Amino acid sequence: MALLLFFRDAFRELFRGSLLYWGWIVFLWAVIALGAWNYIGQLNNGLVVTNMSNQVSWGFYISNFTFLVGVAAAAVMLVIPAYIFNRKDIRDVVLLGDTMAVTAVFMAMLFVIVDIGRPDRIWHMIPMIGSFNFPVSLLAWDVVVLSGYLLLNLGISFYLLFSHYQGREAKLKAYLPFIMLAIFWAISIHTVTAFLYSANTGRPFWHNALLAPRFIASAFCSGPAIAILILQIVRKLAGYPVRQSAIDTLRVTMTVSLQITLFFVVAELFTDFYHEGTHSASAHYLFFGLHGAAKLTPWIWSALALLVVAVIILMVRQLRRRAVFFNIACVLTVIGVWIEKGMGLVIPGYIPTPLGEIFEYLPNSTEVMISLGIWAIGLLTFTLLAKAGMAIERGQVGLRDDIEEQLAGLTNEEESESVATPG
Amino acid sequence: MANQQDSNKKPDSIDHYRRAFLKRLGITTAATVGATSAHGAWGGKTLGDTFADFFQQHYQRMTPEELQETLDRIERKAQRQYGTEISCIDTPPVEGVVFGYAINISKCKGYRDCVEACAEENNLGPDIRYIHVLEMDEGSMNLEQADRYYDHETVPVEGKYYMPVQCMQCDNPPCVKACPVDATWMEPDGIVVVDYDWCIGCRYCMAACPYSARFFNWSRPDLPADRINPNTNYLGNRPRPVGVVEKCHFCTQRTRKGRQPACQEACPTGARIFGNLLDPNSEIRYVLEHKAVFRLKEDLGTEPKFWYYSDR
Repeated sequence: MALLLFFRDAFRELFRGSLLYWGWIVFLWAVIALGAWNYIGQLNNGLVVTNMSNQVSWGFYISNFTFLVGVAAAAVMLVIPAYIFNRKDIRDVVLLGDTMAVTAVFMAMLFVIVDIGRPDRIWHMIPMIGSFNFPVSLLAWDVVVLSGYLLLNLGISFYLLFSHYQGREAKLKAYLPFIMLAIFWAISIHTVTAFLYSANTGRPFWHNALLAPRFIASAFCSGPAIAILILQIVRKLAGYPVRQSAIDTLRVTMTVSLQITLFFVVAELFTDFYHEGTHSASAHYLFFGLHGAAKLTPWIWSALALLVVAVIILMVRQLRRRAVFFNIACVLTVIGVWIEKGMGLVIPGYIPTPLGEIFEYLPNSTEVMISLGIWAIGLLTFTLLAKAGMAIERGQVGLRDDIEEQLAGLTNEEESESVATPG
Repeated sequence: MANQQDSNKKPDSIDHYRRAFLKRLGITTAATVGATSAHGAWGGKTLGDTFADFFQQHYQRMTPEELQETLDRIERKAQRQYGTEISCIDTPPVEGVVFGYAINISKCKGYRDCVEACAEENNLGPDIRYIHVLEMDEGSMNLEQADRYYDHETVPVEGKYYMPVQCMQCDNPPCVKACPVDATWMEPDGIVVVDYDWCIGCRYCMAACPYSARFFNWSRPDLPADRINPNTNYLGNRPRPVGVVEKCHFCTQRTRKGRQPACQEACPTGARIFGNLLDPNSEIRYVLEHKAVFRLKEDLGTEPKFWYYSDR
């Protein structure tokens, strides 16, 4: 019974909000509709409506997927200080981190679904019913770790919120084992995603032991950057108490990870270019172009420029103390890593092909529209989950003995309710 | 299809947008279904066939009865889609046979008869060719310098040599490892096959293949009825659905019945040697034992069953 009320009350909370909140929701639904419209076209005509080819057989969708797995993994950077270092200020906001992880994994899964040629056959992956090539296929591993991570985070968040809803203190002993598991699991999702690429001996650009460490390092830049932006927005728009010390911890994580990421880039550039061979063809294409083809060079140099500017802002105290510069650094980091993990990693792996053909790729409008649709689904999911979650956390929504009191409580809250607008 | 083309001619009419909208949503009107019998939403397909298609088992897990029903259904589907009668059978591998291929690059003159014969034999769509003939600079093996779309009046061109590439039928195939649903595997006769009805179209095998030997059906493969080779095999040249990966399968529909693959038969210079690696008296064994052979990207540990050699 309490469970039903929990879902009912959480659901009701979604319909209380300011004009800004409703405007945001309507806007997201409009973008989703646009994406859905394009996706129906893709379903009817096949993936021929995209710019992908037999030469470059993964494109914008898998680029976004790769980036989002990193964002999901980076939620651990809130979980570790909250539970291992027992930081109260961060434990107050850790639920937002879990919500970010759930949303990012969900979006990553959607990006895979729009990428596959036969979504109607997705059941072939279900063990026993279908035939699941586990543990040989790295893609099978990715399915396991991503689904597991989604369930872990959903489970932990649900337990915390449901306890709160019932007015009980969540028992740390009961859920700490799951938190520990989730920490290791977070690292595993991005490691396995990196292995997905580095497993391919035929593609020297990916076949590289540094790939997984690079993935983790860059994820710990973009993830905290997104979290910092979300926390500030939530604090401003929903009046949710976020302490500055929590943001400062994330900032330090982000700064160090950014430095490591840039160091890794230099290490790769040295190995590729000190004595060039065929193994460096893709890197040459990415950074300088190859035989006149150079569509990706503006992307990677912008990414590096953005990351360098961000790390300078973060390292100079006078700059990072100004909120404007600090937020710019966060935005630059997110965009920089998004390019570097997507267009800068997935696409050049295909160029040139293993047989030396140079066939370029840039996403077309269909791919961009469908991707925007998925981003809108993600933002909507986050907004709704976070709104209900925050209301429960703050005790605005909860199980009470007295129904009348509950009703009276609802009308009062309406004024203070506002919108949780991420990104 | 006809309907869509007509309406495309007058894009200003509201009716056009309405129809385009309905069409996209899949709510095709009765008239549209009639006019587009081959490609309509259901297109004359029975409900039973639709369900059977959806729940079709993996090739290796089908009972003989299920397999026969599937083959019949494939024949009906081809009739509906292409308006032509085909026969689709399942030809199992022959015991004691493992196929191998060797190409004499000093004999290959770049005519590309193999490429076209393969396309006709295997019902390839216009965008897919299992064989690519690389035009290479003499004195170099640099694939990046190769021209795969050469278009000369006559071949061979002075200073060039020609190297055909296709699926190497690796004995340690990275593509098979990659597949998350076991939709591709190596048969006992060494041929790496794809169950086109089990493939989910994730294209990870294409990322894994070091020889660019796998191809995706980006759109519904459209072939004119008179171009269809009606003698087809389940793990071979049967018409492929949209959204799945396909590749060279050493012409299972021929070679498992003791014939040579289409590319070998078409080669006018005799550069192609195909046969049973387990038969000590076969021509391929002679080549392997008496010529200096090499394999492409052998360093990757893929163990191709595809060799190159030269008489010069």
